[in-house]
Amino acid sequence: MASDGTAAHESAPNAVFSKGPAPIADAQPPAIEARDLTKHYGKVAALAGLTMKVPRGEVFGFLGPNGAGKTTAVKLFVGLARPASGQAWVLGAPVGDRRVRQKIGYLPELFRYQSWLSAEEVLSLHCELAGVPRQRRRGEMDRVLTSVGLADRAKDRVGTFSKGMQQRLGLGVALLGEPEVVFLDEPTSALDPIGRHEVREIIRDLRARDTTVFLNSHLLGEVELVCDRAAVVDHGRVIAIGTIPELLGASNSVRVRVTGLDPRGAAALQRFGSLTHQGDWLAIIGIADESVPDLVAEIVRLGGRVHAVEHQTLEDRFLQLVQRE
Amino acid sequence: MPSLPAMIIARLTLQETVRRRLVWAVFLLTILIVALTGFGFSRLNTFTCAGAPCPAAEIRLAAAFFSILVAYMFDSVIAVGSSFVAALAIAADIESGVMLALLPRPIRRSDVVLGKWLGLVALIASYAIFAYSLQFAAVWLAVRYLPPQPIAAALYVTAQGVVLMTLALLLSTRLTAITVGIVAVVLFGVAWIAGIAQALGVAFENTVLTNVGTIISLLLPTDALWRNAIFNLEPIAAIAAAGGARFLAANPFFVAMPPPTAYVYWAIGWTVAVLGLGVYSFQRRDL
Repeated sequence: MASDGTAAHESAPNAVFSKGPAPIADAQPPAIEARDLTKHYGKVAALAGLTMKVPRGEVFGFLGPNGAGKTTAVKLFVGLARPASGQAWVLGAPVGDRRVRQKIGYLPELFRYQSWLSAEEVLSLHCELAGVPRQRRRGEMDRVLTSVGLADRAKDRVGTFSKGMQQRLGLGVALLGEPEVVFLDEPTSALDPIGRHEVREIIRDLRARDTTVFLNSHLLGEVELVCDRAAVVDHGRVIAIGTIPELLGASNSVRVRVTGLDPRGAAALQRFGSLTHQGDWLAIIGIADESVPDLVAEIVRLGGRVHAVEHQTLEDRFLQLVQRE
Repeated sequence: MPSLPAMIIARLTLQETVRRRLVWAVFLLTILIVALTGFGFSRLNTFTCAGAPCPAAEIRLAAAFFSILVAYMFDSVIAVGSSFVAALAIAADIESGVMLALLPRPIRRSDVVLGKWLGLVALIASYAIFAYSLQFAAVWLAVRYLPPQPIAAALYVTAQGVVLMTLALLLSTRLTAITVGIVAVVLFGVAWIAGIAQALGVAFENTVLTNVGTIISLLLPTDALWRNAIFNLEPIAAIAAAGGARFLAANPFFVAMPPPTAYVYWAIGWTVAVLGLGVYSFQRRDL
């Protein structure tokens, strides 16, 4: 069931980078936990009490409109920025902990690697910095180069790469050393459909290895395809969190493309649910699954012509949630 | 002893200057400049004094003064170059997004600052020693003159570059690369003028000039290091020839006495403190 992500938690002390262990009763703490995180940039509140928990081994989608605080949250989790107040843990340790950073992979949204290094050299550098043992580095580099489809460009300078290839390299860097948690901030924004498909396969492979994936993406269709659970954030706090079916099932709806239906006929459809119009499309919110054939029959009886019927997508649900906010 | 990640960053910093062809461009230009100035020095042998070839002692004295001028040119290249390379070291990596990928790795931010600093110290020292060695070798070949302490002079010039680079590194943790470069170069110029003002103030017993010059020299101790470099390049004959003329205090290419040793200790302490401040500033910075 979707729930307000902030409702279930007591207020946290005004702590920055808490030194204490995460107060979790379970034997194994969650992969990621945040409690009442706040962050301000001048007068703008990027995070306003972000509270959420991501269990280990889950592919977790993090959704929200532009400026909702998604990238800020990821930066706090990987130690690039400090919260104004609140607490957060990754793998049970306070965010920013160096030992934990050895176990995380991160693909930033707006990043660049040293253009004067080759792809292989970038990976080698990150192997060194991540503490991958020397004898494992060659194997690790070959594995990720193949995984992200850059094996034949390993010796080429990053400066010669297209944006999509740089994103593939970024993904490869994030996968080095078999991290326990991988943060991917818009990992497919520069990729073509083939690349997106490959990224989905990589994410599924990660899940098969019990790696936690925190996927920050605008591409809701992708989130729907690969994520076990997702949170919707707006104005710096979680407004809904749950499995994808839970998020969708909270308010079932269908969209019907109809022509030839007069306004009085449309009004008669309100017994199936609340209606919204968008051009030829009619959205019926709150309709039961078994009533959909009756709805179509009623539209036809009223003189309308039905061109398409679509169930609610995560995008529809996302828009409802964000507009309601 | 810096930790391993700092050494990785230092290596990366040096590698960048080579791959971006900065090193090759500057070193080739230096060879060209030395060839041109070496030719100029060789022409000193053709100078005549009252219709006859000038005495060797006079030629060497002229070579000594010209050597200081050329040394100053290289000193300026090192100072301006250090400022801009250090400005790019952190600020440009923040602006481009390189830091976003680097810092989540299990390294301390102090490793990044120290690594960049070490790499740049190695670069500045290599260039100063290369340029001065080549220049003084050319002067020796042309007129058989060698300054009294060329290695000490190169070390003081290196130290001056390191001081300015450290300041630029601190600024680059907060400001944009272009702003840092310009600010550092302007401050270098101000410190140079302040050094002249201080020397004039002392020579003519003017308290205001002396105090202003001293305060600025303490805030950015580059000029005292340059004056030490000059002193190590001056032959005793040149100092004696000046005869303690007070107006020479305004000459930025001559010093009768080196600045007190306390200035050197101050510069060392200043560098350590500013580097520490740079580490602190970068640790507190949100990316």
